[in-house]
Amino acid sequence: MDQQSNDKAKAYWRANIRLIAILLAIWAVVSYGAAILFAEPLSNVNVGQIPMSFWFAQQGAMIIFVILIFVYAWRMNKIDRQFNVEEKGEEDKS
Amino acid sequence: MSTEAWTLIIVGITFAFYLYIGYMNRVRETAGFYVAGRGVPAIANGAATAADWMSGASFVSMAGLIAFLGYDGAVYLMGWTGGYVLLALLLAPYLRKYGKYTVPDFIGDRYYSNGARSVAAIATVFISLTYVAGQMRAVGIVFSRFLQVNIVLGVIIGMAIVAFFAVLGGMKGITWTQVAQYTILILAYLITAWAISAKLTGNPVPQLSLTFSDIAVRLNQIQTDLGLKEYLAPFQHFSQLNVLFITLALMIGTAGLPHVIIRFYTVPSVADARKSAGWALLFIVILYTTAPALAVFAKYNILHTINDKPVEDVQNIGWVQSWMETGLLKLEDKNGDGVFTMTSDKESNEIVFDRDIIVLSTPEVAELAPWVVGLVAAGGLAAALSTAAGLLLAMSSAFSHDIYYRILRPEADERQRLIVGRATIFVAILIAGYFGVHPPGFVGEVVAFAFGLAAASLFPAIFLGIFDKRMNREGAIAGILTGLIFTIVMIVLIRSTKLLGTQEPLLDSFLGVNAQGVGVYGAILNFIVSLVVSRLTAPPPEHIQHMVEEIRVPYGAGQATAH
Repeated sequence: MDQQSNDKAKAYWRANIRLIAILLAIWAVVSYGAAILFAEPLSNVNVGQIPMSFWFAQQGAMIIFVILIFVYAWRMNKIDRQFNVEEKGEEDKS
Repeated sequence: MSTEAWTLIIVGITFAFYLYIGYMNRVRETAGFYVAGRGVPAIANGAATAADWMSGASFVSMAGLIAFLGYDGAVYLMGWTGGYVLLALLLAPYLRKYGKYTVPDFIGDRYYSNGARSVAAIATVFISLTYVAGQMRAVGIVFSRFLQVNIVLGVIIGMAIVAFFAVLGGMKGITWTQVAQYTILILAYLITAWAISAKLTGNPVPQLSLTFSDIAVRLNQIQTDLGLKEYLAPFQHFSQLNVLFITLALMIGTAGLPHVIIRFYTVPSVADARKSAGWALLFIVILYTTAPALAVFAKYNILHTINDKPVEDVQNIGWVQSWMETGLLKLEDKNGDGVFTMTSDKESNEIVFDRDIIVLSTPEVAELAPWVVGLVAAGGLAAALSTAAGLLLAMSSAFSHDIYYRILRPEADERQRLIVGRATIFVAILIAGYFGVHPPGFVGEVVAFAFGLAAASLFPAIFLGIFDKRMNREGAIAGILTGLIFTIVMIVLIRSTKLLGTQEPLLDSFLGVNAQGVGVYGAILNFIVSLVVSRLTAPPPEHIQHMVEEIRVPYGAGQATAH
């Protein structure tokens, strides 16, 4: 691997790690934060008729998990194209 | 037409449908058998993964479990969904890029060691086997409850169906059958949930009526008045520390379960693997956000209908009679005051209901047509059969591909490998069936094992294999063994009353964490030992470091699988 493509591979990997870190921070905040560590203070705030911590624990966190994965898939496809490393409709020969 | 007749017809039609799909998708080569020829569209793989994931127990018992645990039931809801985020961001795309067929394939190649391959293969077989025993049992129970068929006969019918499409079609047959099974199980679940939601709150969308109607608050009030634990308040059943650790153990364990991971080998590309994880979680979350609503509705309805009501009135309700006959609902006016009263004290409590009743009784409680009861039975069977099939394939591929082909007989040709693959899946079905008929007395304990072991062994090894280029054979093997041994010893000590037959648990908890959460400590130990040992020993060879660079970029996924 020459120096230029080596640098490109490193930059691509850094962009990927950055995206993963941001999304996993949100993942941790909505589950471990809102539903567990701050469960008691957030019990005093309501979403609809139920306490906010309960809503995150049994509804909100799961819905946000789904969104996080689709955001990752969408952003990574963009990053793949930006660094020109996406698969180009190769035939699977296995 | 009677409920039994409807059930028989609907179950019969769905089974014929699965057999047809299995026959249409029979395969002739190992790539089809192990990874469905890598031709499964992302959305179909998502549905198959969801069916694979949601077991008979998820379908029948989870809402009931949440109804009993209240807030703390969130450990299962978040734990069994949050792991997919880890899987989608940290494992699935890279494993798809790497190609090949199984989890031990990756671990054996990445750590250039047949020792690591064998440990991973044995862990895969053990994790899948502990899990599948419960599935076959669930098939037998659904048969006996809805069709009054003997449990043994129910297990045999279930085994025959799974054997047909799994042996003939391998991963390809299993995948397309699972897509059909997901459709059946989600329809059955949602129809009943919509109906009871509309009946109790006037809003048919369970997720909305849980949040915006006052039914959860009213249930909480009833529980408080009766001296039961508050439904909406956290940490009534588990300590805050345990909620944290159990959730984390289930998440990491989910991401490390081999039968889930191998599903992502079946899609055509890396981009599809990422998207497919999103579809899988969406399909799972449709059921998982409905379950807590169903839990509140059904529990409220049961308490509201029975508690503090005159004995004669209650005994005349149709669904009360039918569920008392099954023994899942027990009512007894112990103090003879003419009303049934629920209390938190076991001695004086007059209302006892099994958690399975939450889902199973809902169609009758909501006064739905008899065919819905049949659909619920078919849904429970679909959930149990699809999970069993996925586990059997994971188990058989670990044995036939990793142990037989990669270690014992590398010169075996395509035809021999396919024969061995089919034979091992058949033997696995017989073993699973045996455990279904003679269930070990500790089925509940083995689930803690499966997740704890996956969290402590496979997840760290795969994660470090991708994200730490410097990780080597010595570090990975030392880490896996430390994580495995620590977790097994801890679970056995904490659950010794069930597993060893001691009077008292040999260990109450490990640093305040119970058996379900202890896998997190196992995973942390695995990470620490792997990192320390790898830095003290020689770096991995050049071609392995090159392989890690390769799997980090999507380009060339097709070529990587051609072999």
